[in-house]
Amino acid sequence: MDYLLRRLATFPLVLLGVSILVFVAIRMVPGDSITAMLGTEAGLLTPAQRDSLAAYFGIDQPWFIQYWRWVGGILHGNFGISVTYGRPVLDVILERFPLTLELALLSMVIALAVGMPAGIYAATHNEKPSDLGVRIVAMIGQSTPSFVLGLLIIYTLSAGFGVLPAMGEFAPLWQDPLRNLSQLILPAITLGFAFAASVTRIARSAMLDVLSDDYVRTARSKGASARSVIWRHALPNALIPVVTLSGIEFGYLLGGAVIVEQIYALPGLGRMVLDAILQRDYALVQGSVLFIAFNFMIVNLLVDLAYVALDPRIRLGEQ
Amino acid sequence: MTPLLSVLDLRVGFGRNPQANEVVRGVSFDVADGETLAIVGESGSGKSVTALSINRLVDFGGGRITGGSMKLKRADGTIFELATATEPQLTGIRGAEIGMIFQEPMTSLNPVLTIGTQIEESFRLHRGLTGRQATAAARDALDRVRIPDAARRLKYTPNQLSGGMLQRVMIAIALACNPRLLIADEPTTALDVTVQAQIMALLAELKRESGMSMIFITHDIGLVAGIADKVMVMQNGEAVEHGELNQILDSPQHPYTQHLLQDVPHFASGRATRADGLRDKGANTQPALKVDGLVVRFPLKSSFFSRATGAVHAVDGVDFDLMQGETLAIVGESGSGKSTTAKAVLGLVRSTRGNFSVASRMASAERSAKPVQMVFQNPYASLNPRLTIESILAEPVIATGGRVDAQTRARMASLLERVGLPKNSLERYPHEFSGGQRQRLCIARALMLNPSVVVLDEAVSALDVSVQAKVLELLVDLQREFGLAYLFISHDMAVVERIAHRIAVIYAGQIVEIGDAQSVLSKPRHSYTKKLISAVPAIDRRHEHFEIDTRQVPSLVRPQGYEPAPAKWEKFGADHKVRMET
Repeated sequence: MDYLLRRLATFPLVLLGVSILVFVAIRMVPGDSITAMLGTEAGLLTPAQRDSLAAYFGIDQPWFIQYWRWVGGILHGNFGISVTYGRPVLDVILERFPLTLELALLSMVIALAVGMPAGIYAATHNEKPSDLGVRIVAMIGQSTPSFVLGLLIIYTLSAGFGVLPAMGEFAPLWQDPLRNLSQLILPAITLGFAFAASVTRIARSAMLDVLSDDYVRTARSKGASARSVIWRHALPNALIPVVTLSGIEFGYLLGGAVIVEQIYALPGLGRMVLDAILQRDYALVQGSVLFIAFNFMIVNLLVDLAYVALDPRIRLGEQ
Repeated sequence: MTPLLSVLDLRVGFGRNPQANEVVRGVSFDVADGETLAIVGESGSGKSVTALSINRLVDFGGGRITGGSMKLKRADGTIFELATATEPQLTGIRGAEIGMIFQEPMTSLNPVLTIGTQIEESFRLHRGLTGRQATAAARDALDRVRIPDAARRLKYTPNQLSGGMLQRVMIAIALACNPRLLIADEPTTALDVTVQAQIMALLAELKRESGMSMIFITHDIGLVAGIADKVMVMQNGEAVEHGELNQILDSPQHPYTQHLLQDVPHFASGRATRADGLRDKGANTQPALKVDGLVVRFPLKSSFFSRATGAVHAVDGVDFDLMQGETLAIVGESGSGKSTTAKAVLGLVRSTRGNFSVASRMASAERSAKPVQMVFQNPYASLNPRLTIESILAEPVIATGGRVDAQTRARMASLLERVGLPKNSLERYPHEFSGGQRQRLCIARALMLNPSVVVLDEAVSALDVSVQAKVLELLVDLQREFGLAYLFISHDMAVVERIAHRIAVIYAGQIVEIGDAQSVLSKPRHSYTKKLISAVPAIDRRHEHFEIDTRQVPSLVRPQGYEPAPAKWEKFGADHKVRMET
């Protein structure tokens, strides 16, 4: 508990660092909100018009005053107004986030449901043809870009079965669960495939390591069956690398999956951030990067807590 | 009467073609009810593979039984063939009829399960006990191996217990279902000598209580003396000698058994100490190394920002001096501070207080040399596998700002020859050498700078017993030739007896007894030294029994600002003093 509080206390520090980085980075990109909005026509603006637009966007001030205003706003719960959407940044993000979260969760469930058994199976059939088969599929899974796999899935479904993935207006889970699932299942499979391949590989190597450990030999010397050795003695010891990997991948997915969102026309965080960058929507880029960083920290914290639950030797907050 | 286990012409091979890679080649032996057979041999002799073949755990290590039979008399009197048994049949035998304990108690228990769960598992598997019954049975099992406070300890995970305690837990697991055969594969090798004595005593006592048979695998023929009825000596996968304990120990027939008994260091209570001590002759009064009031403390903090709340007093006021050409052995058990003392002398650990002075013999020499060099315990880990021997030997010269010139190369060649390695070793890599050869390389590396003091931290502990003897001989020769001073850190009394002129016994960070080796080993005065020495297995003290002692080593954690009381010493003879016990 003490550890949890101290860990949470570091969050503002990290977010401060992230905020400075993203604030500076987005301003280092050539162009500004006005050019992005008006394109070449921005050149037709009179200096007075340009000044008033700059004042409207809040980019007429020196950068440190802009930063100060932005951070001051955040402390009051105001992340600024998105110029592209004309709405509060937080509203825009929170509107997109459920889809991204759901997609990330679904992909992880698929990855673990497929990857764990495949990895354990391969480890217990080490160097047999079936192990080789699993390893080849995993290798393919890891090296297939998601746009190839995504297009392949769409093509196979439409050309082979005459089925099109459910497109159109996105239906949130609580409004139309069935339609929601039918919209998300293919993107989740596309993302989950590579994810599952990583899980398979890491689960396999962790299990192989653990299966040659002394305590596994002890379990066998007690007369434990092969199944009990794998599930009761080996697996709990092999979970830590899997949890680490899943945490990192899940954290990335919470930042949105630009390519898969694009292919399946999903309004997720990834596309929103990309558009915001292209539009020089400073407030939206800054706000969403902070939001993503915050999610990542939460996931990391959960992973560390999971370590403690998995391995009694790990004590958090001790040196 | 049919023996409990009858092994006939057992052959075990490894790899894709097991017939061609046999590591056990036609071993036969019987174990009668209630009898203990000791299998003695060095690494690679096939003793552990033989043991693992009996309950067929060898299958999981890539081994295959390529021939022979292993007949086990089961509890109901039927004869069961282990060599051809199927895996499901074997799971009913393992743990129920054949129990096993292993070398490394620290890694042999599952780190994520409580020891209670792990003991209960045996009862669940073979007795069908569950819930409260299983817990009660597990508590009784812990009581049986004399673990105090058993009910509470059941909830511990292995990381919360010491090595000796864990080995007791292992024994409790192995004996949970009263197997009639216990296989003990080097069960005390990883343990301190006093803990070893306790485990041996416990095994002997449990054997008396239960009447089980035992197969005891070891490399230490001295350890066998106290427990075995019969002894089988193995070398290169074959049994070279097999017979009654007394017959093997008193009139060994095979040359290898004779070698194991005579050439290998055995503890002889101070009768085998060196006679070339310098102190009594008053030859050299200039110490090569003088350590004065050495203190090493590691502060304990609950977090990075908070103040220290206490300190681990790893070394707490150690003084000694070391003359040229002399060996001072620092003996003690794990956690006593002996290695920390060595590291502090080398500057690898910062000392909290205290002075050293190192007299450099090289003051006038052409090369600026580091006067203190070291050899570590594990020759497999202390040589960089990616460097050739030439680069490894050049390293100390380069590190001290020297250049690899013709002179350096000449020194490399002469040192290699001196430590008994072939000339062409320079272009080779560490993996091409055996453990003993690697330790010779480490010694050559330590001597590259012509040091005055060499710190040998458990330098022969990782080596096979007969290699140990040869490396010790080499060290003594080199000492005479170069006038080296050795600071020899060891837990092994038999080794210390062979090499030390003087011995310092260290306990809980303090020297409790220091003096002439012969005097300390033959007439120990401090209660801890006595306990340490009486725990050393010795052939001439076979059939001696030890009291089981469950006292724990005192904690070295002290509150902030704690200072130990100044030592009071009592003198016995010219060079032997003992810290007075309070």
